[in-house]
Amino acid sequence: MRPLTDEETKAMFEKLSKYIGENIKLLVDRPDGSYCFRLHNDRVYYMSEKILKLATNISRDKLVSVGTCFGKFTKTKKFRLHITALDYLAPYAKFKVWVKPGAEQSFLYGNHVLKSGLGRITENTMQYQGVVVYSMADVPLGFGVAAKSTQECRRVDPMSIVVFHQADVGEFIRNEDTLT
Amino acid sequence: MAACCVDELLAKAEREEAEKLSSISVHKELDLDFDIGNLLASDKNRIDCRDVREQRKEDFLRALARGNTQLLINEVWKQPTDRVQEAIVAKLPDPTTPLPREKRLPKPKPPTKWEQFAKLKGIQKKKKTNLVWDETRVAKNELNRLKNIARVQKVKVPGLGLTPKAQQSKDELTRAVSVAKTSTASMGRFQEQLPKEKPAKSRGKKRKFEPLIGDFSNEKHKQLELLKIMDSKKSKLDVTKAVNKQMREEDREEAAAKYKKGAGKKGRRGNVPGKGKGKGGKGKGGRAGGGKKRSKPGKR
Repeated sequence: MRPLTDEETKAMFEKLSKYIGENIKLLVDRPDGSYCFRLHNDRVYYMSEKILKLATNISRDKLVSVGTCFGKFTKTKKFRLHITALDYLAPYAKFKVWVKPGAEQSFLYGNHVLKSGLGRITENTMQYQGVVVYSMADVPLGFGVAAKSTQECRRVDPMSIVVFHQADVGEFIRNEDTLT
Repeated sequence: MAACCVDELLAKAEREEAEKLSSISVHKELDLDFDIGNLLASDKNRIDCRDVREQRKEDFLRALARGNTQLLINEVWKQPTDRVQEAIVAKLPDPTTPLPREKRLPKPKPPTKWEQFAKLKGIQKKKKTNLVWDETRVAKNELNRLKNIARVQKVKVPGLGLTPKAQQSKDELTRAVSVAKTSTASMGRFQEQLPKEKPAKSRGKKRKFEPLIGDFSNEKHKQLELLKIMDSKKSKLDVTKAVNKQMREEDREEAAAKYKKGAGKKGRRGNVPGKGKGKGGKGKGGRAGGGKKRSKPGKR
């Protein structure tokens, strides 16, 4: 486990800012204590200082997970968000998409969101903007990327893809053994 | 008897003193002018012709010269004295009489061709100050200076490898071996290895990371600074967003215009796309929907 280098921090922040914009500041500078990002096995964990100090007692090869896993760095040093980060993305999300109850299951099985399943969408959403997907009962289901802007969404036919799937809470069951 | 003796002795001493003084002191009507710095004395006294005639000329001149020289010497010993290697010397003051220079003033040199040209064109010499003080250069110069000294004294300067020492450490030896091995034309590529020889440790730069539990406030500060920079680099005018805004406004205007025209035949026409949408939803097939769309203008 080690702190992130400057390049790594930048890569991660750039990815996070696609979903929560300048709200990253609220993750870095928290009034309720000191929180930090740490890298372990190419994965980025977000934890409080207290948890970090406790975790130092565990040897590196035995440590599976600590705090909340935000995502991982690929071999090409790009950052990829994991579904475990949803708890921190959802409250600060700038652009949201609500899916109809009928399309919920399809999304949770790892499919893209179609126009027919689109319940609501934040105004001014641009194309390829990172969005957080909610059920109509405001339960965060996952996140993805807007395939069409809000304007275009009104015009397209119902079977076209509106939100590209990136991660959903179904992964907690599907990828149970790889998620940390 | 004794008193008589004392008187005689005193008189004798007085006479001797007077004699001594007479040899030193010279009586002159007018005092001489002295320039001690130049060891110069000028006698302004009138020379009496009778004296010259009475005595022999030579003797008179000699006596005059001796007297004046005596006065000059007396004046010299009035100056502060110093002792230099068993000899007492007087410190002479600066000369006061201005003397003419020995040689003539040098002639001015004829101007060179360039100077003539420069005068003709009115070119004046400018001082160039392009030089800049370089701190690193100082250290380099110092090193070069030491190297020069070593070269002059024919001392071999150790570079890499083994430096002369009483006892080489294991680390130094391995380092010397690795340097020697890589010092071939092929950078040690075809160098033979001993059996069981361990590959030399590469002495490259080590990656360094911040400590796991270090200065948390500093870390936070750095991250916030990074965020600030990232924020400032975003372009203020988002083209896509601006276009979308424009499109939305146009839509709104269009809708308003339709509403104004009232609930005539045109109102029905407004409903047609809505119907189409519904059909598309029922169709549930991307291709089928597309087909219907294409067919719409035909129906109209």
